[in-house]
Amino acid sequence: MLSSAILFTAVLNGLMTGAVYALVALGLTLIYGVLHIINFAHGALLTAAMFAAFFAHRLLGLDPYLAAIGLTPLFYLLGYGLQRFVIGPAAHGEDHNILLVTLGLAVVIENALLYVFRADTRTINLPYAFDVVEIGSAFVAVPRIVAAGVVVVVAVALWAIMQWTDTGKAIRAVAKEKLGAELSGIDVAHIYAVTFGLGTACLAIAACLLIPTYYVNPHAGNAFVLIAFTVVVLGGMGSVPGALIGGLFVGVVESLSGFFLGESLGQIGIFVMFILMLLFRPSGLFGARA
Amino acid sequence: MRGLAPIAVIVAALATVPLLTSSNVVLNFMVVALLIALVGQGWKLLGGYGGQYSFGHAAFFGTGCYVTAILQMRYGVNAWIGFCIGIAAGALVGAVIGFLSFRSGLRGSYFALVTLAFAEVLRIIASVAPITGAGVGTLIRLDLRPEAFQFQSRAPFYWIILALVALSLVLVRAIEHSRFGAYLMAVRENEDAARALGVDAMRTKLAAMIISAAITAAGGCFYAQYFLFIDAGIAYGPWISVEALLAPIIGGIGTVFGPLLGALVVKTLGEFTKLVTGDAPGLDLVIYGGVLVLVVAFAPRGIAGFLERRRG
Repeated sequence: MLSSAILFTAVLNGLMTGAVYALVALGLTLIYGVLHIINFAHGALLTAAMFAAFFAHRLLGLDPYLAAIGLTPLFYLLGYGLQRFVIGPAAHGEDHNILLVTLGLAVVIENALLYVFRADTRTINLPYAFDVVEIGSAFVAVPRIVAAGVVVVVAVALWAIMQWTDTGKAIRAVAKEKLGAELSGIDVAHIYAVTFGLGTACLAIAACLLIPTYYVNPHAGNAFVLIAFTVVVLGGMGSVPGALIGGLFVGVVESLSGFFLGESLGQIGIFVMFILMLLFRPSGLFGARA
Repeated sequence: MRGLAPIAVIVAALATVPLLTSSNVVLNFMVVALLIALVGQGWKLLGGYGGQYSFGHAAFFGTGCYVTAILQMRYGVNAWIGFCIGIAAGALVGAVIGFLSFRSGLRGSYFALVTLAFAEVLRIIASVAPITGAGVGTLIRLDLRPEAFQFQSRAPFYWIILALVALSLVLVRAIEHSRFGAYLMAVRENEDAARALGVDAMRTKLAAMIISAAITAAGGCFYAQYFLFIDAGIAYGPWISVEALLAPIIGGIGTVFGPLLGALVVKTLGEFTKLVTGDAPGLDLVIYGGVLVLVVAFAPRGIAGFLERRRG
C-alpha cells in the first residue's frame, strides 16, 4: 500500500510547497538579518498581497503571474514606507518597541482586511490551475512547478543584488556593523527601509505564486508565516541559504506528516518542530551561535 | 505598606458602581474592562518589571478557562474549587513554558515567538481534543447559586472581579517594593550584570512567569464562570494575548494603575467603535492596533506616563 511512487509524489509536492515557504521565509530572514527584529506583521502583509493578487485578477483580469510584475515594486514601496515612516520613528531605537509596533501593524492590517472583505474565503479560477505534468512516476501541478522555478530565480536575483550592487554591499555592511556603516556615510535608516521593502516584495511574489492554487481570507497569510518562522528558526535567523534549505525541508516534512498522520495533526507537527527548535537550537542548524 | 492608600481609594470608588447604577450594559462593560485589567496586570508583572514580552498569554488564560469548565462539567467539581485549581493549572503551564524557554536562554524576539507558538499549539489541541468539546466548545450548565459561582445579577460578579483586580494591585505593589521585585527589574535592565552580582536570573524570571500566569489564569477562570461558554478561539485565541499586553502598554507599563487605566481606555474605544459603526467584525481590533502603534510612538510610557510628564 505504501509504494515508493506515492512517497516520491509526496516528497516532490513537499519540495514544491517548500519553495514558497522558502520565499516567505527569505523575506523574514532578510529583515531579521539586517534589523535584528522579528517582523510580526509579515503574515498580515502576505495576506494583503494575496488580496491584491486576487483583486488584480477579479477586477482587472490580470493573470497572477503577470500581476507580480506590478505588485512586487508596489509592495517594495509599501515595505519601504512602513519601515521609514512608521516602524523606524515609532520604535525609538528599542527592540521591544519594534516588536510591539510590528504586532500592532499586524493587528491593524489583518482586521482591516477582515472588516472590508469579511471572513469569506475567496478563490480564483484559472484555466491552468489543474494542469499536471508527469515527472518520473509522479504527477505535479503546473502552478507548483512555476512557483518553484520563480523562487529559484528570485533567490538568485537577491543573492546577486547582495553580492554585486552598492545597495547590497551597504545592506551587508549595516547587518555586520551598524555604527561602522553609519560612520562610513551609509544612510542606515534608508538601508533599513530598503531591506524591509525587499522583504515585503518577496511576499508580493509569494502571494502571486500562491493564489492560483490557494485561497485567500483575512487570516490566510498566518499559516504561512508560522511556517516561515519555523523555517527561519530552523535555518538560522538571518541566514539566506538556511531559509532556502529550511523551507524545502519543512515542505517535505509537512507533506510526509500530512500523508502519514492526516491534515490537522500535520499542522501540529510543524509547531512541535518549531518549539523544539526554539528550545534546543535557537540559533538554527545553519546559523552561528548567538 | 507604602502606596496602599491610592489603591484603597480607587478600589473603594469602583466598588460603588453597582450601587449607583443597575444598568446591565454599564456593569457588563465594567466587568469586561476589569477582566482585561486583571489579565493585563498579569502580563505587566512579566513584561513590565521583568522585561520579558510575552505574545502568548492566551496559553494561561485559556488553561484557566478550560480547567474550570471541564472540572465542573465532566468531573462535577465545585465551581469555587475548580476556580482555584484553574489558577494553579495556569501557573503550572507558566512554569513549564517558562522553564523551557528561560533554560534555553530565549530573550526578546525569541521569547515572544515561543510564547506565541505555545499558545497556538494549545489552541490547535483544544480545537480537536474531545475533552474540550473540540470545535463545539464547552458550555457550563446554568446553575444560579452562589455555591456554583453563578449569580442572579451582575453585581456580585462585578465585586468579585474587582476584588481580584484589587488583590493583583496589592500583590504587584508588594512585589515592586520587595527584594524579588528589585531582582526582577535588575534582570530586565541588564541580565548579565544582575547575574554577575549574584542574582539567580533564571529563578527570578521563572517566579515572575508563574505569578504572571496565575493572575492571567484567574482572569480565564472568571471568564468561563461569567460567560458560561468557551471554545478554542476564545480561550486560546490571539485576541486575549493582544489585549493582555495592550492594556498595560497603553495605560503605562511603569505604573501600578497602568493596566486598569489601559483596560478602561481600550474597552471604551472598543464600545465606542461598535456604537458608531454597528457590530462590524474587526474594526475594534483595527483601532486597538492603531492605538498600540500610536502609544509606542508618542507616549512610550503609556497614558499614565504621559500625564505625569505633563504635570511635572
